[in-house]
Amino acid sequence: MTAEAAGPLLEVEGVSVRFGALLALSGVSLNVQRGEILAIIGPNGAGKTTLLNVISGFYHPYEGRILFEGRDRTRLSPPDVAELGVARTFQNVALFKGMSVLDNLMTGRLLKMGGHFLLDAIWWGPARRQELANRAFVERVIDFLEIQSIRKTPAGKLPYGLQKRVELGRALAAEPKLLLLDEPMAGMNVEEKEDMSRFILDVNGEFGTTIALIEHDMGVVMDISDRVAVLDYGRKIADGPPEHVRKDAAVLDAYLGAGHD
Amino acid sequence: MTEILYGVFVGPFRDMAGSPAFLVEVLLGGVATGLMYSLVALGFVLIFKASGVFNFAQGVMVLFAALTLVGLMERGVPVAVALVITMAVMVGLAFLIERVVLRPLVNQEAIILFMATIGLNFFLEGFGEMVWGANVKKLDVGIPDRSFIVAGVQINQLEMSAAATAAVLVAILAVFFQRTRIGRALRAVADDHEAALSIGIPLKTIWLIVWSVAGLVAIVAGIMWGAKSGVQFSLSLVALKALPVLILGGFTSVPGAIVGGLIVGVGEKLGEVYWGPLVGGAIENWFAYVIALVFLLFRPQGLFGEKIIERV
Repeated sequence: MTAEAAGPLLEVEGVSVRFGALLALSGVSLNVQRGEILAIIGPNGAGKTTLLNVISGFYHPYEGRILFEGRDRTRLSPPDVAELGVARTFQNVALFKGMSVLDNLMTGRLLKMGGHFLLDAIWWGPARRQELANRAFVERVIDFLEIQSIRKTPAGKLPYGLQKRVELGRALAAEPKLLLLDEPMAGMNVEEKEDMSRFILDVNGEFGTTIALIEHDMGVVMDISDRVAVLDYGRKIADGPPEHVRKDAAVLDAYLGAGHD
Repeated sequence: MTEILYGVFVGPFRDMAGSPAFLVEVLLGGVATGLMYSLVALGFVLIFKASGVFNFAQGVMVLFAALTLVGLMERGVPVAVALVITMAVMVGLAFLIERVVLRPLVNQEAIILFMATIGLNFFLEGFGEMVWGANVKKLDVGIPDRSFIVAGVQINQLEMSAAATAAVLVAILAVFFQRTRIGRALRAVADDHEAALSIGIPLKTIWLIVWSVAGLVAIVAGIMWGAKSGVQFSLSLVALKALPVLILGGFTSVPGAIVGGLIVGVGEKLGEVYWGPLVGGAIENWFAYVIALVFLLFRPQGLFGEKIIERV
């Protein structure tokens, strides 16, 4: 392993994002260490999703840098970020609704299927073999997420909780180095939340995937994360192990409002 | 009254049974025309699927491709070379459209992109005529327009070659977009731009590919229609026939475009030959639109389109 492999997987350095007059993020610095589960929490409008969008290339900061594996990746487009090995899910589930669950997961493999788009169509044999190899991997993801029975169902027809699971599957199919989850448990019932927590822990434990997630459910956050970063009004106000953050005065202020004694 | 009922419900079928060879001829003619409709409709479907843009300029792209090809041939360029140059021109055009028209309008409303393609339509029309002139040109692709007889059925060589070419092209495209990785990427882009970006599909590349393919399809359609009826402005009106095909097949379905084209082609030929005399002919010109209207009433998503469910 080279020296760079020892450093953080992702470094966000003093990133600011502005939408017109609104400063969505201001000077946020944050590291994601290899192999950890980092939770990003904060009140509504704190800039959590914005931060995720900056990391995955949908927004570009007007100030600050983003380093992935030690290299400056500040101004990459979303497909380029994906190519680096960053996969993500969306707050409002962005599945390909008309496609089957299997096809949705297969799209997650697009970048793993080498070769040129057009050559694929002309030179049939290798493309076919590749398709089968990738299909095998996707089947493993399907087994892992226990969604065998809905393999052929169009994603749009699934209940919300399952859609979230399929979206996680699509991200996993890409074998990401860094997995970004935007509220993976929003709108789920207790049972679904437990399942999702288990999957997140297993992904991290079995494959060693580094995960950064946004979540509102404090119980879940405290249970599954190695570290918690707290945003408020576009600034990072705390960062540390869950048990420390829980007692942090600034965090309590942000959540309960100032003036508590 | 009985005479009319007889003419509608009995007579035509008796005629069909009476002369099967003639019926086969009519059907073949219908399939040949239908495949050409399919081809034009495919151009629409590809672009609509990948970018949600209804490309009003598809018909003019057919005209433009044919004009370029004929123009080059008139200047003494050999057919094969002219074809390659035309292909390069259409891919170049796709590149320019992506750069100049689509990219600046990214994330705009569908209606704005539609307006942009109307602009493109008039630009291409004018530009094509400026460069190549507005005269009717004859396109000779080297296939003689003559007929031979197989088992009592008269077959037109030009028409059949065109149909065969269209069938092969349609088959290749169908496999390309249904079974390959790029097909999946294309469907993904059609479904959700953001999600497609997040899994590493570059939108720009996809757009370039679909517009190029639509351009290449336009060349083939242009050659076939041009060889049949000369290269002239009315070629761009072929696109109007593709509209009922799209309504029939569904705007987002490649198989739908193919089946829709065949239904319209065969349907209008049968109607023209067997029912035409009843109303004094010319059914061919409006038959497709009547089918389209019926579909709009009872099955607006078409035969293969995705059903539109609005949740309130």
